[in-house]
Amino acid sequence: MNVVAIARLTVREAFRRKVILGVVLLSLGFIALYAIGFHLFRDNYLSLEARRSVRTGAGPAPSYAVSASAMVLLGLYTVNFLTGIMTIFAAVGTVAGEIEAGTLDAIVPKPIGRWQIITGKYLGFALMLSTYIILMVCGVAITAHLVGHYGPPHLVHGTLLVILVSMILLSLTMLGSTLFSTMTNGVIVFMLYGVAVTGGLVEQLGTALNSDTMVKIGIGSSILLPSDSMWRLASYVVQPSLAISFIGPNPLGTTVPPSALAVHYSIVYCLMLVIGSVLVFQRRDL
Amino acid sequence: MSGSVSQLPASAISATSSEPAIELRGLRKVFRNQVAVDNLTLSVDYGEVFGFLGPNGAGKTTSIKMLMGLVYPTSGQARLLGRKLGDRVARRQIGYLPELFRFHEWLTGSEFLDLHGRLYGMPAAERRKRIPDVLTLVDLTAYAHKKIGTYSKGMQQRIGLAQALINSPRLVFLDEPTSALDPLGRRDVRAILARLRGEGVTIFLNSHLLSEVELSSDRVAIIDHGRVAATGRVDDLLARDLRVEFRIGSLPAELLPELGKLVQVEQIAVGPRTVVTTRAAGEEAIAAVVDLFARHNVRVYGVMPERRSLEDVFVDVVAPTREAGR
Repeated sequence: MNVVAIARLTVREAFRRKVILGVVLLSLGFIALYAIGFHLFRDNYLSLEARRSVRTGAGPAPSYAVSASAMVLLGLYTVNFLTGIMTIFAAVGTVAGEIEAGTLDAIVPKPIGRWQIITGKYLGFALMLSTYIILMVCGVAITAHLVGHYGPPHLVHGTLLVILVSMILLSLTMLGSTLFSTMTNGVIVFMLYGVAVTGGLVEQLGTALNSDTMVKIGIGSSILLPSDSMWRLASYVVQPSLAISFIGPNPLGTTVPPSALAVHYSIVYCLMLVIGSVLVFQRRDL
Repeated sequence: MSGSVSQLPASAISATSSEPAIELRGLRKVFRNQVAVDNLTLSVDYGEVFGFLGPNGAGKTTSIKMLMGLVYPTSGQARLLGRKLGDRVARRQIGYLPELFRFHEWLTGSEFLDLHGRLYGMPAAERRKRIPDVLTLVDLTAYAHKKIGTYSKGMQQRIGLAQALINSPRLVFLDEPTSALDPLGRRDVRAILARLRGEGVTIFLNSHLLSEVELSSDRVAIIDHGRVAATGRVDDLLARDLRVEFRIGSLPAELLPELGKLVQVEQIAVGPRTVVTTRAAGEEAIAAVVDLFARHNVRVYGVMPERRSLEDVFVDVVAPTREAGR
């Protein structure tokens, strides 16, 4: 009950501070641009294809799915990236900021557990972020279907993985917010986020160049913060295998999907960090 | 300023005569190397209004924060309403207005009170009934649907007070409840405190405004360097160590040693009337001196005790340790 009250408060704050309004407007803008882009891409592709078939006399090439899949991947990557940034910005000061402002002074003495404050906040953010991800993925998928006449495979599975990415970042940001000031937490979480993204790129390069060391660096970074590896798994499942082998190692996707173990690790990672946040906050003087 | 201040909640912990409402024993808090509260021991009975005084940095707010579960004691024990710190049953019956009274300013006044009522575990029907009452009490009914962010400082402090009373508490901690209020607002808060006291609510009042405390409190503790430096009933503290002037006819020399046993004679000015300036330990000593004069047929024209305020007592208690610290 108290958890729900705190979760409600968290959601209400996002609405009241007009965070939601800003995000919705920008996201609508993104979907509109994406639809225009997809439309132009398809026109371009079809005219090229028409010229090619006139020149060679061959039938339509099977490669449309590959290109359309790349377009969907771009869309989903943008959703994943935007949500990642949003997660960090939304939660960076959720505990630290309230301690700094003193607003927790009236909340903590109530007959509630401190753990309920942390889990309530987590649930509030998780609910908003998951809803956002689901709506945005629907936006991308509907655009792909209506404008591009293409439907990516395993979209539900991919969406769940993008949600997992957001939950990983949320757990990390919450833990940081119980430990550090808002600014310090922001710097630390963004640096780690950067390490994860760069680590993922290094791993892709390593795969392309057959460099074991580079692949190991990538794996190391995904143990530190598994957000990027979960995104790459998401990208893997939402592409047809033809597209994956055609595109090969690339900045947005992967040819070597992280294992089920990596998914389990990520879930445990989230749990441990949330438990860590509770323990830290439980002991902290406010 | 109307509306019920406090109905006893159904789950009220019964007041037992044996146990005080607040009991601190050897409470201590050390931040890194700095001792904020050092061996604080005091107790407050049910129904008392207790003034908690001390200079800046004496450890008042830290002490309250420990009792509110915001800061953990390094050592020592404390019981509120007969239960150990952090006990949820006790917390349900405690109200608290924090010193900084910073609240979620994007909530409206009534949403804010609803949230806090919810956190106290009050059912929706009870909240709906209680919120208008406390809004009336702090005179903010007209602003119930305005965001707290648009409130003045004084209004924010008043909505904070409403928050502290939403659950009809049996014990209230008010940390500088009038710091942002103008004289009228202060008078209103004093009236609220008087009503709460009338309803048997125990009040723990931390304030810089000594005249405020003098008017509202039954008993006070002056703390300094994290310890209780003086404690007692307000009247007793005010009557302690009084300077009294006696205007008399003339003082026979043989009376002087006996007078010296009753009070400390500081000065004797001989004129048309003799003025004897003394320091008395309490009011009883003054009466004894008058008796002495009467027995020896010394005419008494006037007895003028210095009017002391809590501020004088405070300065007497705190200043010596400040001087020593310099």
